[in-house]
Amino acid sequence: MHELAVCQAMLEQVADIASREQASEITRIVVRIGPLSGVVPELLEQAFTIARAGTIAQQAELITESTSIRVRCSQCGAETEAGINRMICGECGDYHTQLLSGDELLLASVELNRAEQAVE
Amino acid sequence: MCDTCGCNVTQGNRHLIEAGGKHEHTHDGKVAVEVLQNLLSENDHQAGHNRQHFDNHGVLAVNLMSSPGSGKTSLLEATIDALNQEFRIAVIEGDLETENDAERIRSKGISAVQITTGTACHLDAHMVHSALHQLNLDDLDIVFVENVGNLVCPASFDLGQHLNVTLLSVTEGDDKPAKYPVIFRAADAVLITKSDLLPYLDDFKPEQAEQAIRHLASEAPVLNLSARNSSTLDNWLTWLRKAFAIQAARRAAGETTKPKIQPSGEKLHAHG
Repeated sequence: MHELAVCQAMLEQVADIASREQASEITRIVVRIGPLSGVVPELLEQAFTIARAGTIAQQAELITESTSIRVRCSQCGAETEAGINRMICGECGDYHTQLLSGDELLLASVELNRAEQAVE
Repeated sequence: MCDTCGCNVTQGNRHLIEAGGKHEHTHDGKVAVEVLQNLLSENDHQAGHNRQHFDNHGVLAVNLMSSPGSGKTSLLEATIDALNQEFRIAVIEGDLETENDAERIRSKGISAVQITTGTACHLDAHMVHSALHQLNLDDLDIVFVENVGNLVCPASFDLGQHLNVTLLSVTEGDDKPAKYPVIFRAADAVLITKSDLLPYLDDFKPEQAEQAIRHLASEAPVLNLSARNSSTLDNWLTWLRKAFAIQAARRAAGETTKPKIQPSGEKLHAHG
């Protein structure tokens, strides 16, 4: 439900980058989102179609890369795939595990056109 | 979606939307720019600033999260009754509307700042920062932040607290941790509240709730209590006293802490 707030924070970051890079427009934004971040990629994409209006990213596409949940067992050392509400070790079933991936909420990269490139 | 829930613009983040926020990071590349930065880094930056405020004044900050009606305010009232002579306490209340909760706390003779978010479904670090300016941290030991009642959104926003406490009332069902894993995974302690109702609810098994929490790879203590019965509060009060002592020792050592799984830019970089 809070994806629009996250999206607006993302667009602020993108606007800063655009300004620093002297970009005339942003063409693509790539974010990396894990299931444990609490952000739903589909809702972020929907929010983006609303929030990008009137910004330097209004023509941009948003790519959301999902990551999988992986844990390392503190007891047996195994690294296994886990589920969002089942983060126990896939080998021995112990719950003393450490998260290896799955809680990412990252702005991974931005593609942009420079001011001089935009002039054709 | 967000058009309905209206969590897009809050009093706290409005300035970020209207004016350019500041970031200090570098990157290169002509067309594609690698960033690898937390999407909520502006909020996290403010949260770090809040945490520094708390640390500088020797205050322990505890964020309470739960669904609406699970008993956060009642827990605070009972906690204030039990600890008022021992600690100097203040409360920051988050709700969509009304001063009701702040007034309940103030009637105990305790400072309370009410944040009304309008339609926003969570507190963010900027809102808490505004509230902090209405409290004299020099005169306080513990600040409780009572987040907006919501089992989803509050989990994603660091406020600058040291510890997260998530409440689960017995009328909600013992499978809530499995249904809302992100917020229960974020808890440094889980409180099963309204335990006085357990005799009437044969389908709520505290051990089932605890197992669901363990399945989130959480070692957080799970404590049963009823705010209406002060004799059930001992484990919670002991946990709180210990947390305060640990925070005091940490502060003496010039260190700080975040809730154990609060996403951080540095940690996320490592994942990237």
